[in-house]
Amino acid sequence: MSTGPDKASHRNIYSEGTTLALLDIRDLHTEFRTGAGIVRAVDGISYTVNAGETVAIVGESGSGKSVGAMSVLRLIPDPPGRITAGQVLFDGRDLLTLTEEEMRQLRGSQIGMIFQEPMTSLNPVLTIGRQITESLEQHRGTSPADATKRAQELLGLVGIADAARRLKQYPHQLSGGMRQRVMIAIALACDPKLIIADEPTTALDVTIQAQILELMKELTQRLNIALVVITHNLGVVARYATRVNVMYAGRIVESGAAAAIYHNPRHPYTIALLRSVPRLDRPRQARLEPVEGQPPDLTRLDAGCAFRPRCRFATEVCATARPTLTPASEEGHFAACFHSADLTATDQAA
Amino acid sequence: MTAPLLEVRGLRMHFPISEGMVRRRAVGEVKAVDGIDFTVGRGETLGLVGESGCGKTTTGRCILRLENPTAGEIIYDGVDIASLSQKEMAKLRQKIQVIFQDPFSSLNPRMKIGQIIAEPMHVHGIEPNAAKRHARVLELLTICGLNARFADRYPHEMSGGQRQRVGIARALAMNPEFIVCDEPVSALDVSIQAQVINLLEDLREKFGLTYLFIAHDLSVVRHLCQRVAVMYLGRIVELADADELFDNPQHPYTKALLAAVPVPDPLVEQGRVFRPVQGEVPSPINPPSGCVFHPRCPMAVDSCRSARPETRELRPSHFVACTQV
Repeated sequence: MSTGPDKASHRNIYSEGTTLALLDIRDLHTEFRTGAGIVRAVDGISYTVNAGETVAIVGESGSGKSVGAMSVLRLIPDPPGRITAGQVLFDGRDLLTLTEEEMRQLRGSQIGMIFQEPMTSLNPVLTIGRQITESLEQHRGTSPADATKRAQELLGLVGIADAARRLKQYPHQLSGGMRQRVMIAIALACDPKLIIADEPTTALDVTIQAQILELMKELTQRLNIALVVITHNLGVVARYATRVNVMYAGRIVESGAAAAIYHNPRHPYTIALLRSVPRLDRPRQARLEPVEGQPPDLTRLDAGCAFRPRCRFATEVCATARPTLTPASEEGHFAACFHSADLTATDQAA
Repeated sequence: MTAPLLEVRGLRMHFPISEGMVRRRAVGEVKAVDGIDFTVGRGETLGLVGESGCGKTTTGRCILRLENPTAGEIIYDGVDIASLSQKEMAKLRQKIQVIFQDPFSSLNPRMKIGQIIAEPMHVHGIEPNAAKRHARVLELLTICGLNARFADRYPHEMSGGQRQRVGIARALAMNPEFIVCDEPVSALDVSIQAQVINLLEDLREKFGLTYLFIAHDLSVVRHLCQRVAVMYLGRIVELADADELFDNPQHPYTKALLAAVPVPDPLVEQGRVFRPVQGEVPSPINPPSGCVFHPRCPMAVDSCRSARPETRELRPSHFVACTQV
């Protein structure tokens, strides 16, 4: 993997003026060996997350957004998956060099996790209380009595009334929104510095989604926890994220401040994505402009830009190499497109 | 206005809850749909929106007579569907088709795409000649934006968006007038979603179709529908023209629902004052008395707890079931 001048400048601009980032992912590669060939699900991604900030990873199914996050936690099943290269610096330590036991100590204590499906990510045969106290006892050596007390506090914190009774209940006795609140309580139990939330509200109804997102925002701000939100919902990103990374076919194709991504997109995929969603705040327009074609088969990528077949700005140069992230209009804004600088305001308009 | 194609009056669908292994006895009922009225005009698309458990899918299933309604009338083109025999209904099913949400479970995994699309034509005896049927399958695939070679493939060889196109082709095979679209795009990725929405719009124009569009994604509904009905706990709380409903919502639940949807624009979002509605949807087994929304409603007064609000026409063709607006 080449470390060209582009990548170096990428680093410098991100770390300028800030102290060490809490999470610093460098050129991470994760692949899966399948019958159809090697799938490079994550193909060299780099991004940083500072303490207390909310960073969104946006992309569609198969773009590698979840695999990228699971790689940070080293939760990739091996076989068939394998992290083949890169560094994941968390608080200055490279997580990819830790032993399995050290990693286990870190998960759920310093890095919390919230998954999409609260139905399957809670253990159905353990009470809510046990699932919260378990991590406290494991990671902190808290006594069972103190852990129960703390569990009650945590349920109060995530807005579950009647905590003492709820602690004795099982996941099936709770609604979807309640379960996701419990997941958040578990993630918060050991005062993590970072929470990774993979589609935390996709399975929930819209009014419950709003409650959960507000709760996560309020708690991460109050407790100064950094949050990585993985989602396909562009509205959720606009409401909550400070910085955004857009993924396509295993790579980050655009990265920058939320306002820059939405109002000055410099990658044709981002532009197409923003144009393809119907908007609630606008009267109906004549027609949506979908991204034509299908996402690529990751086992059959060629040397060129992976978005090329669906891109209306593509030229011959796009077939020669995969573009790397280069600085776009403003500081901290990067796009991986040969034509990034040529895109006009009309091209960008959503 | 001419007579509507579909008119639903006082529709109720209550599912009994029974207990006991040997002697089953009813111990209660789930009031999935509890007295709703609406019409759908010819060539119109009516959106039916609401959160899980509000009864929108059950309403669609009653219209298809996949459920036998507890009470009420479903008048389609002058005929009451609710009172038809199975045999008469089978005939009507050619005119009323359905597109389901999940393109993974609604296609038989052991059948080829061509067979899946041809089967309804075969069952209903529309095209007894096998060769002609095959030609029609290829035509339908092309209409739905799929390559004709897909006819020999199996569902697992296709992506979600392609499968949903197959579901649409199957519905079109009967030359229907009316299609119940039950969350047809919610399982699809954003970029593919727009493709399918455009296809549905094109087909509506080309074949003069009428849709009942059931969805929870309000942005999609605003784009696709002329009128929208908002359901909550088995009842319609508000019904109006799409732009009127979204620009000028009246019912507190509609307002809460619209406020909860984030808009893909950080500047717009920063400018919004946002307080999510509290609480969760109560159980339809034992719904709240009076107005079903009163436990979560910021505007509720004492009378909301006892009296079920009548649906009023607040402005021409804007109906609201709330006493406080």
